[in-house]
Amino acid sequence: MITRCRVLIERSRQAGHAGGSRPRRARCLTLALLASALGIALSGCSPIEPWVKPYEREHFADPIMAFNRDPVSSVYREHVFESREGARGATGGVGGGCGCN
Amino acid sequence: MQLSGLQRRVDAALRRHAGTLLALCLCVAPALAGVLPEDRTDLLYHRYQGGGVTVQGPSLLIQKKLTDNLALTANYYEDMISSASIDVKLAASPYKETRKQKSAGLEYLHGKSTYSAGLINSVEPDYRANTTYYSISQDMFGDLTTFTMTYKRGWDRVFKDGKVNGRIENVPFPEEPGVLNPGAFSQDADHRGYTIGLSQILTRSLIMTFNYEVLTDQGYLQSPYREILFLDPSQALGYSKADQIYPNTRTSNAASVEAKYYLPYRAALSGQYRYFQDTWGIRAHTFELGYTQPLWRRLILDGSVRFYTQNAATFYSDIFPRLNFQNFEARDRELAAFNSYSLGIGASWEFPKPPVPWINRSSFTMRIDHLLIDYKDFRNALLIDPAAGIRPGQEPLYKLNANIFQAFLSVWF
Repeated sequence: MITRCRVLIERSRQAGHAGGSRPRRARCLTLALLASALGIALSGCSPIEPWVKPYEREHFADPIMAFNRDPVSSVYREHVFESREGARGATGGVGGGCGCN
Repeated sequence: MQLSGLQRRVDAALRRHAGTLLALCLCVAPALAGVLPEDRTDLLYHRYQGGGVTVQGPSLLIQKKLTDNLALTANYYEDMISSASIDVKLAASPYKETRKQKSAGLEYLHGKSTYSAGLINSVEPDYRANTTYYSISQDMFGDLTTFTMTYKRGWDRVFKDGKVNGRIENVPFPEEPGVLNPGAFSQDADHRGYTIGLSQILTRSLIMTFNYEVLTDQGYLQSPYREILFLDPSQALGYSKADQIYPNTRTSNAASVEAKYYLPYRAALSGQYRYFQDTWGIRAHTFELGYTQPLWRRLILDGSVRFYTQNAATFYSDIFPRLNFQNFEARDRELAAFNSYSLGIGASWEFPKPPVPWINRSSFTMRIDHLLIDYKDFRNALLIDPAAGIRPGQEPLYKLNANIFQAFLSVWF
């Protein structure tokens, strides 16, 4: 694909259009994007080779590496901050109620 | 060079379907595995004390797999509030009340996908809220990546307790025995939330998550008790009070990134940043660093430092020049500009395995956080005293110091 694009741009240069025309560059870009997209889509049929193998993940099995080691505690702490600050959300929890007066 | 007719048609077709193809990439990515939560029960006692407010109570969390593919999560949480905060001292009288929150959720695991749904119900004398949430989570790329989408919907009803002899009093709600409420004033607020999350294992020791959440609210979004202050030379203190007027809508965007790194000597270091902005003009940044250090075989120590900063909402003012100065007016200190600092430490002790076959392990954890909020434009109006030369706007800025204590027993079974 990239070779094909280079050939097209080279032919264009030879024809006097330095650097290739804008539509051709856009077309090459679109084709490259679609080829990448198709590659990722096809990877759905053949799983991507994980770069951290399952037997290399023992650290993530350690409880100290959990993002939410004690849910009962982290939900409470989040509630305390959320009811006293203007910001909210994107912390991974679902709150409810007020308790804010 | 001119494109041929065939090339043009192919090009146009590719452009037209580029979005579909890209979406397809996400949909047909390899389907790999999820994990249900561990079977565990936690019984927590919590206590918040600061700024004249004490909030304490229990929380009971149960997570249990019903089958290999289905897990149940249930939580009962209580806030017993005794409040004589600066807000109630200024606008009302000290009060006591209890908030009870019940929630239940189910998680269903199918291949590498996890489907979750749940309900949260919260009742306090002057505020009732119901929230539902639905979530889909997909593990992919050899279980290195987890993609999650969540939708939540909430319906709140806000009441205002009547004042009897100048004090806020809860009176029985006639239609619902046992529920305290005052009758006349009630308003609704609806909430919607949309979240996407991505968790990614980057190396053998580093994992990272990204979350983005949009929240929209519509309805009565203010506290019915708090009031604004405006200059009024006819009064002895130099100011008068009036009801707040909030916009009826709010939309906020928050994006956070968190990373956790496993140190070579068995310890974990974490860092988090969140950016927040909303249609009320609030911009906020949150930074947090955490460190976890296991000691010996049974002890785990935790420490964290958190810094939060925000600017004020566009319609916030500590004191307004006159009554009806602008369309929307608020003096809630949550909308003021401030910096917040928090320092927390915790320790967790794992008990030896008891001679009970159904208990795998158990632990006891204590944690304390100290919170300091340094307001930049919220003053302590209780100190206004023109006789002593302290006129409205000249009183000192307010500072909140609070301690947050938690103790909980956890049992895995």
